[in-house]
Amino acid sequence: MSLSQTQGADAMAAPLAAPAARRIRWRAVMNHLILIAGSALMIVPVLLAFITSTHDAVTIHREGLQFLPGGAFSETYRKVLLEGTGFTGEVNGLTMAVNSLILGFGFAIGKIVISMMAAYAIVYFRFPFATFAFWAIFVTLLLPLEVRILPSYEIVHSMGLTNTYTGLIVPLVASATGTFFFRQFFKSVPDELLEAARIDGAGPVKFFIDILVPLSRTMIAAIFIIMFVYGWNQYLWPTLITTDESFFTLVRGIKQILQVWVGSNIPEYGEAMALAILAMVPPVVIVVVFQSWFIKGLTESDK
Amino acid sequence: MKRVTFGHSWLPYFFVLPQIAIVVVFFYWPAGEAVRSSFFLEDPFGFGSTFVGLDNYAAALTQAEYQRVARFTVWFTLLVTFFSLAIALVLAVKADEILRGAKTYRTLLMWVYAVAPPVAGLLGILLFDQHVGPLVDVAAWFGWQMRVGVNYWDTAFAMVVVSVWKQIPVNFIFFLSGLQGIPHSVREAAVIDCKSGLRRFWTVTFPLLAPTGFFLLIINITYALFDTFGVIDLMTKNEPANNPVTLVYKVFLDGFRGNDLGGSSAQSVILMVLVFILTVVQFRLIERRVHYT
Repeated sequence: MSLSQTQGADAMAAPLAAPAARRIRWRAVMNHLILIAGSALMIVPVLLAFITSTHDAVTIHREGLQFLPGGAFSETYRKVLLEGTGFTGEVNGLTMAVNSLILGFGFAIGKIVISMMAAYAIVYFRFPFATFAFWAIFVTLLLPLEVRILPSYEIVHSMGLTNTYTGLIVPLVASATGTFFFRQFFKSVPDELLEAARIDGAGPVKFFIDILVPLSRTMIAAIFIIMFVYGWNQYLWPTLITTDESFFTLVRGIKQILQVWVGSNIPEYGEAMALAILAMVPPVVIVVVFQSWFIKGLTESDK
Repeated sequence: MKRVTFGHSWLPYFFVLPQIAIVVVFFYWPAGEAVRSSFFLEDPFGFGSTFVGLDNYAAALTQAEYQRVARFTVWFTLLVTFFSLAIALVLAVKADEILRGAKTYRTLLMWVYAVAPPVAGLLGILLFDQHVGPLVDVAAWFGWQMRVGVNYWDTAFAMVVVSVWKQIPVNFIFFLSGLQGIPHSVREAAVIDCKSGLRRFWTVTFPLLAPTGFFLLIINITYALFDTFGVIDLMTKNEPANNPVTLVYKVFLDGFRGNDLGGSSAQSVILMVLVFILTVVQFRLIERRVHYT
């Protein structure tokens, strides 16, 4: 990699004197070395966890983390996905993955629908209490869920929503990130569009569904990715709300695995690592595949 | 608000209602409840509560344990913010400078964004494990007998490392997009005016990155205060008594394990005030001090 790089630098530096060219080449090599070191810092821990998960528990316990692939891959992952883990043995990796998907999709879709509607009302309508609604919604940006966690739990509990998908998803939607994002985007949509639509006789509902929603497609995709990852990765709220193992998500199940470990003679390192890998694969794949949308959404929504 | 708008009697309410309803029920009600119960002493067996004024606040703030946790939180936040910003900045500058492979590096450096904090915590436990962890072996070469989960400072060190690792990608993405937003004409002018790359960075690039930097500063402080919950919960391995925890974790511990509703709520309100101040500072600083041009 560094070889091709230095050639590229050579072509650029051709008109310059020889020492300058050498300096530029060294600089390029250094840059690549730093970037490779940074990439290794990001990748190696996860790679180690994955390789270790392909060994059986006894090997790991005796020899420590493994640096070469082992032969227990299919057995470990089959066990984690299909056989019971946890206290009652009722829940396996597959059910947890399904719950994670429900949480991720439910949260992302719910958030997008609700926040698009609210942003539409705030940007495109003049009505009494509009300013009040705006502030009431945007104050929620100030306080993360963690700060008001105990009363939130008490309220959801008193509504009888513990161990339900509603109790899991809806309280997480109560923050204005999505609304803020769509408001910014709607404000950048040219006014002429609305004028033209009104001349053609389109009402507010038709304008929203037939013009504004299709226009926001890329934005919706970007925010969907961010919200899906956010929902999938939720930990504290699912830990409090779901005590019934059949509602566990993968990320929530991690803690349970750890607790089962503590008491055992030979900890199931391999299985725990396999579960961790399963918990990170879907969001990582989505973020990597839809990288450009995701980065666009992230850097434009938060500024 | 648009120049051209719809005038409709009930439709805007219909659109804004779902969001308002959720916000009122799951945000204002709990937040109000936290403020209210912070003034009461709840009977642990559920037999009513007595108004105690500011006693809960006084009790929290004068408690030696609370002060210790607060001190740790400050150090933890400073270290995590500094290192994750510094490492990400170096990597972003390098990724912006190179000619080939920039996209590959970007992918390799950003994907950890999608890893959940507790999953990162689990990886940390494994890498710093007493028996199987390679990082403990590395520390042993330098004569450091690391006992993460047992020794207070060793656990604190491991927590900072894992939290920084998890936060580098976000900072990297924002710094890189900030760098790529600097116009070519400015860069070329800087190259002509200033030969030294390092000086050029501090006098031209760094000031231009300031808006991104301030924004990230607040994001990182919020991350270190709140989002590291998963990392801490995993890495203390259910023994928070002799391990370092942050203020948010203490709110959780006192509320759910200690059943001290009033004390936990008072701590919540203290944190709310803290976040509120941070946000105000964020807006003020960005508006006043930072040059956008």
